[in-house]
Amino acid sequence: MSLLARQLESRGIITLIIGSAIDVVEHCGVSRYLHTDFPLGNPCGAPYDADMQLEIMRQGLSLVEEAGRALTTRRAPFNWKDDTWRKDYALIDDSNREELRLRGERRRQQQAEDRSAGKTRAAMISDT
Amino acid sequence: MKDKEVASADVPYMERTREYYRAQGYTKDYLWAHHEDAPFSPLDKPLGECKVGLVTTAMPDTPQGRAQRQVYSCPTTPIPGSMFTDELSWHKTMTHTHDVASFLPLAQLQQCVQEGRIKALADRFHCIPTEYSQRNTNENDAPEILSRLLHDEVDVAILVPL
Repeated sequence: MSLLARQLESRGIITLIIGSAIDVVEHCGVSRYLHTDFPLGNPCGAPYDADMQLEIMRQGLSLVEEAGRALTTRRAPFNWKDDTWRKDYALIDDSNREELRLRGERRRQQQAEDRSAGKTRAAMISDT
Repeated sequence: MKDKEVASADVPYMERTREYYRAQGYTKDYLWAHHEDAPFSPLDKPLGECKVGLVTTAMPDTPQGRAQRQVYSCPTTPIPGSMFTDELSWHKTMTHTHDVASFLPLAQLQQCVQEGRIKALADRFHCIPTEYSQRNTNENDAPEILSRLLHDEVDVAILVPL
């Protein structure tokens, strides 16, 4: 999405990314980024919290108005209900190490079959 | 390329993803796109006179959207009750995507139109697949989305990756 933002911005379309992976977005470099520090999946606000969702959008629009230069990041002032998710994402430990190894083998086999079938598109690993 | 430092509490997603791939037996690390600067277009008119477009990494929750990862465009009204997100790397053990407004802010943008904060929301939003291949994004999907947003005559594009 950050690559798309760069292309749009260079053609005169003003862009705002609202996301939750700050390292990925800032590594790519975009004009305006509103960071929601939540588990990946709900960058526009916690599910079914319409007030929070509207407030995050309002903050995003304010960022569009006020950013005066590229690489402008702001943080939405909301916290997830707890912090357990921070260590949980893509966790690797003894309980799943072997399962992950086998999953990788299956995935490479599937990728080889997809390539043989002419399928050229592949998503990032999504089974986190 | 060294990862940019993040605040101590921020989840280092690039590092976690690299480790996750390695644990699955991949020997070549994924290289995320990196730039020191970014293009910037200044806002040259009031936001209340701007038409806004929306782009998501979710796919339409239709047989085709579930089966085929590609660029799609969907009407902004009525707001879809669900989107297909199973193939995306959101945090499946900690949250869910049953409430589309938590990642597809159509209701919020419609509210902002009613309040006069923005002039209009485009009649359609666009779906872009996340891609392992940056070339596919740069040479195929992004130009296609650009073309569609230019056709929609939007001034501002809000991009929401899950």
